[in-house]
Amino acid sequence: MATVQVSEAEKVYILHGIRDDLRVDGRGCEDYRHMEIETDVVSNTDGSAKVTLGHTAVLVGIKAEIGKPRPMFPGEGYLEFFVDCSANATPEFEGRGGEELGTELSNTLYKVFNNKNSVNLKSLCILKGEHCWVLYVDVLLLQCDGNLYDAISIAIKAALFNTKIPKVHISSDEEGSKEIELSDDPYDCMRLNVENVPCIVTLCKVGHRHVVDATLQEKACSVASLVMAVTQKGTVTCLRKVGGGSLDPESVFEMTETGKRVGKALHAPLMSLLQQEEKLGKSRQKVGFLG
Amino acid sequence: MRGHGTYVDEEKLTASVAGEVQRVDKLICVSPLKTRFNGEVGDVVVGRITEVQQKRWKVETNSRLDSVLLLSAVNLPGGELRRRSAEDELTMREYLQEGDLISAEVQSVFSDGALSLHTRSLKYGKLGQGVLVQLSPSLIKRQKTHFHNLPCGASIILGNNGFVWLYPTPAQQEEEAGGFYTSLEPISLADREVISRLRNCLLALTAHKVLLYDTSVLYCYESSLQHQVKDILKPEIMEEIVLLTQQKLLEHES
Repeated sequence: MATVQVSEAEKVYILHGIRDDLRVDGRGCEDYRHMEIETDVVSNTDGSAKVTLGHTAVLVGIKAEIGKPRPMFPGEGYLEFFVDCSANATPEFEGRGGEELGTELSNTLYKVFNNKNSVNLKSLCILKGEHCWVLYVDVLLLQCDGNLYDAISIAIKAALFNTKIPKVHISSDEEGSKEIELSDDPYDCMRLNVENVPCIVTLCKVGHRHVVDATLQEKACSVASLVMAVTQKGTVTCLRKVGGGSLDPESVFEMTETGKRVGKALHAPLMSLLQQEEKLGKSRQKVGFLG
Repeated sequence: MRGHGTYVDEEKLTASVAGEVQRVDKLICVSPLKTRFNGEVGDVVVGRITEVQQKRWKVETNSRLDSVLLLSAVNLPGGELRRRSAEDELTMREYLQEGDLISAEVQSVFSDGALSLHTRSLKYGKLGQGVLVQLSPSLIKRQKTHFHNLPCGASIILGNNGFVWLYPTPAQQEEEAGGFYTSLEPISLADREVISRLRNCLLALTAHKVLLYDTSVLYCYESSLQHQVKDILKPEIMEEIVLLTQQKLLEHES
């Protein structure tokens, strides 16, 4: 992740501020920065979304391809994640610098979605054992200003909501071989139910308290953080500790409780915003990348 | 006559950068809005130490090259006319480390464009607790003094290089330590709120390309008092506050 240098006196100032629940930009410990979400920004994908959280900008594109189901789960489709940390974000990501962070992020995403309930994988099945839909989720980091996990998970949820998978008809020939036909109508598609898709909340431990949505300066003052994926109902699908410092079991419990609360509160406004955007339909003015 | 930032295109003088036009008699120059800091002698800068080398520190000041702060150009404890000994060279890190913030003045400019800084006055030196805001250097107005004690309860250093330092007004004003020791005492909640509000106001003014000087910052602070500190960064509220500030500035000038 991009790092900034902070002096000792600045660290003390940030620490005392968080202790008094007044961060440098006036937020409380559980407040997010200003977030902007836009879906359907990339025209040649089946679903896309762009999320800007403070100065962090993330672009997610989803493409649906027909493939062979996994041998362990013949009746389900699956998701493939790939995170690309572009050199656009910071000079540290030039060449192969961003690969390590990219693999870490995609591995976490695999863990988060590795359960039966997040996405209804059975709906992605076309022909059991032979054909299924594979959703390739590509994440592109455009700008890095802290809190990548949260922005990526929100963008993935928005992109999954926006994904339109074409409907397939299976017809069998005289010889018995099956043929797959995609419908010609571009509007004849199936949508995914994103009710149970989790959102990731990152909690950074600074001093004796923890903060949500840490900026790069606050990250420089923390030694350990907890990354947790929370669904709308408050279920935790993945819990990971990042950073070189240690966490007390009590503080882990406190942080999980805060994470569950913050995560639950994140889903309702997100869904209402996505549904509002959807209702505008064609009349919506697309801002895209120039706004 | 064409100056910096212009070129002749089919006998027409065209700007090559987006910025402000400056005319001196027949010389036309365009100074860009988004640029690195080009220092002049006498500019006040706020910088961050990036390296500790032999007899000098390298300071990051948002210019094309890192600026240089020579050991002979700082005030060491023990008086001004002390000879710099070998021991001083070895204990440089105890005075200024990598990551520390300093306020300094540009003493001279090297031939390659790098700035040579000095902190040879008691008002310059290592900075203590506070908040640094990084902005574009073209938005900082050139004034007689860049150190202001704002009446709202905080102090501000508007560095010419775009780095603005906000800190709580020190209690005693008679003797300025020159940054020999930094107090790590917790700062009161009221002071913190003022500093956070000022920081958000600075970001609001920058987003709308308003020239920054003590009066504009103060008017923006006053216009923002009706909103909560964290709401100032929302685009609609930012626009509202900056409009009020610009109105007040126009009234003040007329």
